[in-house]
Amino acid sequence: MPAAGQGGTPRLALSGIRKAYPAVVANDGIDLAVLPGEIHAVLGENGAGKSTLMKIIYGVVKPDAGEIRWEGRPVVIPNPHAARALGIGMVFQHFSLFDTLTAAQNVWLGLDRALPLAEVERSIRAKAAEYGVEVDPERPVHTLSVGERQRVEIVRALLSEPRLLILDEPTSVLTPQAVEKLFVTLRLLAERGCSILYISHKLDEIRALCHSCTVLRAGRVTGVVDPRTVTSADLSRLMIGAEPPRLQHREVERGAVALEARGLSLERQDEFGVTLESIDLEVHAGEVVGIAGVSGNGQQELLAALSGEDRRAAPGSILLFGNDVARESPGRRRRRGLHYVPEERLGRGAVPTLGLAHNVLLTRREPVRAGGWLDLGRMTAMTQRIIERFNVRAGGPAAAARSLSGGNLQKYIVGREIDAQPGVLIVAQPTWGVDVGASAQIRAELLALRDAGCAVLVVSEELDELLEITDRLHVIARGRLSPPMATAAATPERIGQWMSGLWVGEGAVHAPA
Amino acid sequence: MLRLEARPQPSAAMSIASPLIALALTAVIAGCLFTVLGKDPVRGLGMFFYEPLSTVRGVTEVALKATPLILCALGLAVCYRANVWNIGAEGQFLLGAIVGGGVALYVTTHGIAAPRWALTPVILLAGVAGGMAWASITAFARDRFNANEILVSLMLVYVAQQLLNYLVFGPWKDPQGFNFPQTKTFAAEALLPNLVPQSRLHIGFAIALVLVAVFWAFMFRSWRGFQLQVGGLAPGAARYAGFSARAALWTALLVSGGMAGLAGAMEAAGPLRQLTPHVSTGYGFTAIIVCFVGRLHPLGCLFAGVLLSMLVIGGELSQSRLGLPNALTGVFQGLLLFLLLACDTLINYRVRWRGALHRPAVTS
Repeated sequence: MPAAGQGGTPRLALSGIRKAYPAVVANDGIDLAVLPGEIHAVLGENGAGKSTLMKIIYGVVKPDAGEIRWEGRPVVIPNPHAARALGIGMVFQHFSLFDTLTAAQNVWLGLDRALPLAEVERSIRAKAAEYGVEVDPERPVHTLSVGERQRVEIVRALLSEPRLLILDEPTSVLTPQAVEKLFVTLRLLAERGCSILYISHKLDEIRALCHSCTVLRAGRVTGVVDPRTVTSADLSRLMIGAEPPRLQHREVERGAVALEARGLSLERQDEFGVTLESIDLEVHAGEVVGIAGVSGNGQQELLAALSGEDRRAAPGSILLFGNDVARESPGRRRRRGLHYVPEERLGRGAVPTLGLAHNVLLTRREPVRAGGWLDLGRMTAMTQRIIERFNVRAGGPAAAARSLSGGNLQKYIVGREIDAQPGVLIVAQPTWGVDVGASAQIRAELLALRDAGCAVLVVSEELDELLEITDRLHVIARGRLSPPMATAAATPERIGQWMSGLWVGEGAVHAPA
Repeated sequence: MLRLEARPQPSAAMSIASPLIALALTAVIAGCLFTVLGKDPVRGLGMFFYEPLSTVRGVTEVALKATPLILCALGLAVCYRANVWNIGAEGQFLLGAIVGGGVALYVTTHGIAAPRWALTPVILLAGVAGGMAWASITAFARDRFNANEILVSLMLVYVAQQLLNYLVFGPWKDPQGFNFPQTKTFAAEALLPNLVPQSRLHIGFAIALVLVAVFWAFMFRSWRGFQLQVGGLAPGAARYAGFSARAALWTALLVSGGMAGLAGAMEAAGPLRQLTPHVSTGYGFTAIIVCFVGRLHPLGCLFAGVLLSMLVIGGELSQSRLGLPNALTGVFQGLLLFLLLACDTLINYRVRWRGALHRPAVTS
C-alpha cells in the first residue's frame, strides 16, 4: 500500500477550519490531513458539513477561520480556478454540464488552453480507455443518463492530471462491476501519487478502498480511523452516533396485480435513446419489485412510459388495476392511484424556485378548491405535515425547493407521494446521493408502504439497496427486461451477468407466486 | 477592480430595487443628454416626470395612454411566465381595433339605435375575440408545426397592419372623408363612456385596474395560473406533473391576444373614435418593456404602464416645448429596458472590490 501511514508532508492539511452560516455552523474546528498517494474518505450524514468542507478546499466557499496548507505552504484558495491551478480536481455530486453540448464540448469549455475539439475528443477517449470509463465524447449531454453524465465529469477531472482529486459520492450510479473498475482506476491514480478525497456514505466501499477516514458529525470531526481495521458498525456509530436500524423483512401476503406491462415496446425518440422491446412486468399489491441495471439501458424510457410522460405506448400494453392506461396522462394515472418519484429531484420532482408548499401542487390536487382556486392554508398545512412526518430539514413550507439539501428534498418528494396514499408507487433512484440516515428512513417508508398494501416498483442502480428492500428483481439491459427472480435467490454475480443481457436461455428464476 | 460575486440566494430586495435603480440611471443619462443637446436638464427631466402629472388633464392623459400598455402587459406577463414568447401583441392589438372598431362602424353606418350600456360590452368583447383569433394563428402554428412563436407572432404584426391599411384605404373608407384613409367617426352610442368629465379618459382605465386584480388572482391564486408558471419555470416538472404544455401554450396566447385585442378596441372606440392606419403608436411593443420593468407582476405592470406612459407624453411635451425630436421617447424606453436588464444582474450577484478582500492565491 502506498503512502498511507507513511510520514512526510501532507499534500493537503486543514487545521481549525470554521464556517458559519446565519442559521448553522457548517464546519467547526475541522482538521484534515491527506498524504500524497493516499485515498482518504470523508464520511458523514447530509448536513454534517462534508459539502461545505469540500467547497472550502475547492475555493467555492471562503472559511471564516482556519488554515489551509498545500504541500506544507499556507495557501488561500479564493476560487475554483486557483484550486485547479494548485492541482485540485473535483467531481461534483450535482453536475455542471450544459445539456445542449456534447460531452467533449463540455470538457472543452473548462480547458484553459485553446485546443482543437478533435484533440479534446481524442484525449477523452484515451483517458477513458486508460481508466476503463466508458464515455462517448460526441453524444449531447441531454441524452445521457445521470450515471453517464457522472462518467463525463470523472473524465473531465482526470484530464487535468490532478494531484488531489475530490470525488463526491461517485459510485452511487455504478454497477458492482463498474464500481470495481472505478476502484481499480482510483488505486492506480493513488499509486501514481495522486491523493484522493473520497466522500461517501457507503461504509463497505470506504473499508474496501480507503487508507484513512475522517468522520464528520454536525460540523465537527468525530474520529479519524483506518477504515481497514474497523467495522462498519464502528464507522456508523461515529457518523450518526448510533447504528442505523436494521430493516425488518416481513413476509407479506401478495395481493392482486396492480401495475402491469404486457409486451410493452416503444421506439426510441432520438438516436441516443433506447428502444424498449417487449417488456413484461407485473407488480402486485403488497410487494416491492426492483429493476436493476446500469443507467442508460432503457430505465428512463420505461419510467416515462409507465408514468405517462411518454404516451406512445400501444393500447393495452400498460394496465393499472386492470384498466388500460397506455395513453393516459400522468394526471389521470395519478387519480387512479399511480404515484411516481422521479430520478431528478430539482427541475422534475420539484420546481427549484418555488416553495415547498407550492411544489405540493405538482402531484396533489387536495388544495385545489372548486373553481380552480388554490387553498394556500391547506397547501401550507399539507407541507407542514410532510415536513414533520418525514423529518425534512427545511426552513419551513415556504422554503424554496432548491434551498434543501439533496437528501432532504428527496425525503420531501418521497413524503409527498407517500402522503397521497398511492396504490402503486414507482420510485427511481430512491436514495441516490442521500445520506445513510435518510436512506434508511426512505427505505423503511417504502417497506411500510408495501406492508400497507401498496405495489412498489423501485428502479435503482444501487444493487445493495435493491437486495435490501425488494421481493422480486428484474434486470434491464439494452431496452429489454429480464424475467423476475426472487430477491432471496439473487446474487450480485448473477445480477451482474444479467446486466450484460445474458439471461437469455438461462431459464427464468421465477419468484414464488 | 469591480468584481461580481454570486449571491447564495437571489436578493428579494434587489428584485424590487432593480427597476428603481434603472429608472434613476435612466434619469441621470437623460439629464446628460439634455445638457449635451443644450437644454436645461432640470427642465428637460421635468417634461417627463413633473409636467405630465401637474394638471388634471395631464393626469388623465397619462392614465389614457397607460391603459393599453397595462392591458397588453398583463397578458404578456402571463405569456412570458409560461415561457411562451409572444412579441406580437402589437398585431393582436390591431386586430382588436379592427374587429371592435368594425362593430362600432357597423352600428354607425347602419344607424342601429342601441343604448351605449349594451354596445360597449359588445364592442370590447369583439376586440377580445379579434385579438384572440390573431394570437391563435401563432398558437396553432406552434402547436401543429412547431413554428417558433417569436417569429410568427412578430410577422403577423405586419400582416395585421396591412389588413388595417386595406380596410381603411378600401371598403371601410369614409365616403365623405375627402379620400383620407379613415373610417367614419363612430356614432356617440358606439363610444366608450368617459371616466372623468371634460377629458378623454374612458372607462377602459377602470377596467384595466380591475383586470390587474383579476390577473393577480389568476397568477398567484389559481390552479390554472400555477400550471402555466410551472411550465415556464421547470418544463421537466410540468411534464412530470402532467400539466399539458399544449394547454399552457394555447391559454397563454389566447389570454395575451385577448388582452391586446381589448386594448385595441378601447383605443378605437375611445380616444380615436374612428379607424385610421395609425391606430397604434407601438403600444404592443412598448408593453413588452412595461411587462419586464413590472417584473412580470400585475401590480408592477400597472406602475410600469404609468411610467412608460409618462415617458411617451414627456417625449411629446419636449417636442412641442423644447423643440427636441420625439425619438427621445424611444431612446429613453430603450435605455430603461437596457439598464433594467443590467441591474437585474444585481439580483443574483453582488458587486465586490477585487484585491481589497483577497490576498493572492499562494503566499509564503
